[in-house]
Amino acid sequence: MADKKNEAQEEIQFTPSGTGIRTNGQVVPSTELPSPTRKKHKSLGLSEDDVVDMFEQMYLQRRFEERAMQMYQKGKFGGFLHLYMGQEAISTGTVYALNDDDDIITAYRDHGWGLVRGVSPKAGMAELYGKVTGCSRGKGGSMHFANAEEHFWGGHGIVGGSIPLGGGIAFANKYKQNGRVTASFMGDGAVDQGVLHETLNMSQNWGLPCIFAIENNGYAMGTAVHRHSVGELVDRAKGYGMKSMVLNGMDVFTVYEKMKEVAEDVRENSNPWLVEIRTYRYRGHSMSDPMKYRTKEELQEYEKLDPVERIKNYLLNEDIIDEDKIGEIEDSVEDTVMEAIDFAEESDFPDKSDLYRDVFVEDDYPFHT
Amino acid sequence: MAELQFREAIRAAIDEEMAQDENIFVMGEEVAEYNGAYKVTEGLLDKYGPKRMIDTPIAELGFAGIGVGAAMNGLRPIIEFMTFNFAVLAADQIINHASKIRYMTGGQIKIPIVFRGPNASAGQLSATHSVAYDSMYAHFPGMKVIYTSEPEDAKGLLKSAIRDENPVLFMESEQMYGLKGEVTDEEDFTIPIGKAKVKREGSDVTVVAHGKMYHVATQAAKQLEKDGVEMEIIDPRTVKPLDIETIITSIKKTNRCVIVDEAHPFGGLAAEVGYLIQREAFDYLDAPVQRVTLPDTSAPFAKNLFDEWLPSANEVIDAVNTVTYRK
Ligand SMILES: Cc1ncc(C[n+]2csc(CCOP(=O)(O)OP(=O)(O)O)c2C)c(N)n1
Ligand SMILES: [Mg+2]
Repeated sequence: MADKKNEAQEEIQFTPSGTGIRTNGQVVPSTELPSPTRKKHKSLGLSEDDVVDMFEQMYLQRRFEERAMQMYQKGKFGGFLHLYMGQEAISTGTVYALNDDDDIITAYRDHGWGLVRGVSPKAGMAELYGKVTGCSRGKGGSMHFANAEEHFWGGHGIVGGSIPLGGGIAFANKYKQNGRVTASFMGDGAVDQGVLHETLNMSQNWGLPCIFAIENNGYAMGTAVHRHSVGELVDRAKGYGMKSMVLNGMDVFTVYEKMKEVAEDVRENSNPWLVEIRTYRYRGHSMSDPMKYRTKEELQEYEKLDPVERIKNYLLNEDIIDEDKIGEIEDSVEDTVMEAIDFAEESDFPDKSDLYRDVFVEDDYPFHT
Repeated sequence: MAELQFREAIRAAIDEEMAQDENIFVMGEEVAEYNGAYKVTEGLLDKYGPKRMIDTPIAELGFAGIGVGAAMNGLRPIIEFMTFNFAVLAADQIINHASKIRYMTGGQIKIPIVFRGPNASAGQLSATHSVAYDSMYAHFPGMKVIYTSEPEDAKGLLKSAIRDENPVLFMESEQMYGLKGEVTDEEDFTIPIGKAKVKREGSDVTVVAHGKMYHVATQAAKQLEKDGVEMEIIDPRTVKPLDIETIITSIKKTNRCVIVDEAHPFGGLAAEVGYLIQREAFDYLDAPVQRVTLPDTSAPFAKNLFDEWLPSANEVIDAVNTVTYRK
């Protein structure tokens, strides 16, 4: 009897295992991609210039981060550096789908979002360097890009923290009846935080004009989605009777098309949505990640679907622009990024007195000593 | 004696205790298959299996509370927070539940749980990732708070924490995980919770410093030694219960005190120790007690501001100079 009991105890396992080394190298794609839209730019209502611009925006995000990564490795700045590479179709497609005064908030993987929503490459790079010319005056660093004036309410470093903030921004928009839509982005890992459920419940009950969007890139740090979250992420919507959708996040046209539909519905009916956008993170979680939890083969599969290459090929295949023009755009983006690096390097650090600046609105607050 | 990294000392404490008691398990983000965000729990999944090494979702409130419930029902959880900065999300379970349930049920229930992980800042990670929480938790009755500075203390005190029948918060530092130190080979070595240690003897001034700040204080001591000033450094090791006697005994000898704490100034350990000194040793003081803390602002990202923000050896030296009237 005693032996049997011990045997049974051995078998208990709480968290499922399953990706990378523990499947002996077998490829287990953590996210299944829905098929992309078949529509071409014209039927999506995009001009040729729009498509060229989309490519340029996406290439800028990619190059900015590749260069930032190099600068980080050279020790030019410190802190965490979470790269968005692989996910650029989501930021770009969404910003194209929304109005310029619609509101966006996201987590700490925020460089791409900033660049496509009003943070200049110079202000972004300077923020990474912790310079006073950075978009957040060097106070926030990589995780806290923001441009509130252009309705980009920032990157936020606490997982799940930005979810209810998005709901609150939407609440204010409804309160003021200004017709603006909010998009509140989060990682797949953030879905497990209780605050998601509290927020979805209130948002549905109160009819908040908010798109809660999950960038499901397959992993929360070193934990594959199926290990940290039960069922399909998008199914969280069901319990709240919320409208929902899953879409392919490796294709900018798909993101644009679907997010536009969703935004229109939100604007018209003042109801929230939960959208799961499937994508893949090309780099490690941050710069110190050995990536043992996934296989090279899996990464390679997704690299074949590179969203930046995809739109570039579209431009070429549709004869919108030729290789030369592509090269020109790439060169000019490269120049922009290099100028941003020079700008960041030449900029000043914040003045010592900035330590006490912006703690409060008033500038004569009696700080405790 | 063996030379161990801080992380190895913590791992050894967990390993030794897990080997002795099947009811001990470890739960937290990335603790098992990833081998720990800071490699503290490396190898323990292979040794103890997925039943006792449990990866959680990013759900601090939930897994802290599951830990508390499991402790109520006879297990001995070690809950790892990736940092105590994220334990803020779990504060309801720690403060409202873990620390109060025994009291509210008239002693029917005991909650032998350890919440552990790095505390305070770890370089330029900006405002939300840089807060020292030991004083905040010490404010509340019903839980013990430990924040150690050296591998041997960490090992001995963590073993005691795991064996303790109450909720214990055990704090570490990302920046100290690689720090090496001699750790005794003495079998089943433990250090009692609530005992400070005089880590440097000196007759001119008592400096109280724990956690990462202990190392800032020792830097200052080396500098001051050259000027003929001998600091006595006391590492409280345990914040709650606080060993004030050891501090008072030292002050009766040196008649001067500086407290170094990586917390904001309002209502922290430095404030508490300062109050206790004036109550217990008022007549022995030759100078008002000084403190070196963070300023009353959150952590900035920019390197120059961050360095300015963090307590430094120079600030400790200035404070020592003030209490010894050398300036
Ligand atoms: C409350 C909280 N817990 C833990 C962390 C540490 N952490 C930062 S990012 C991360 C993984 C998040 O994964 P996901 O939401 O999928 O976003 P991704 O990194 O994939 O963009 C973790 C655990 C944190 N920042 N905040
Ligand atoms: Mg993710």
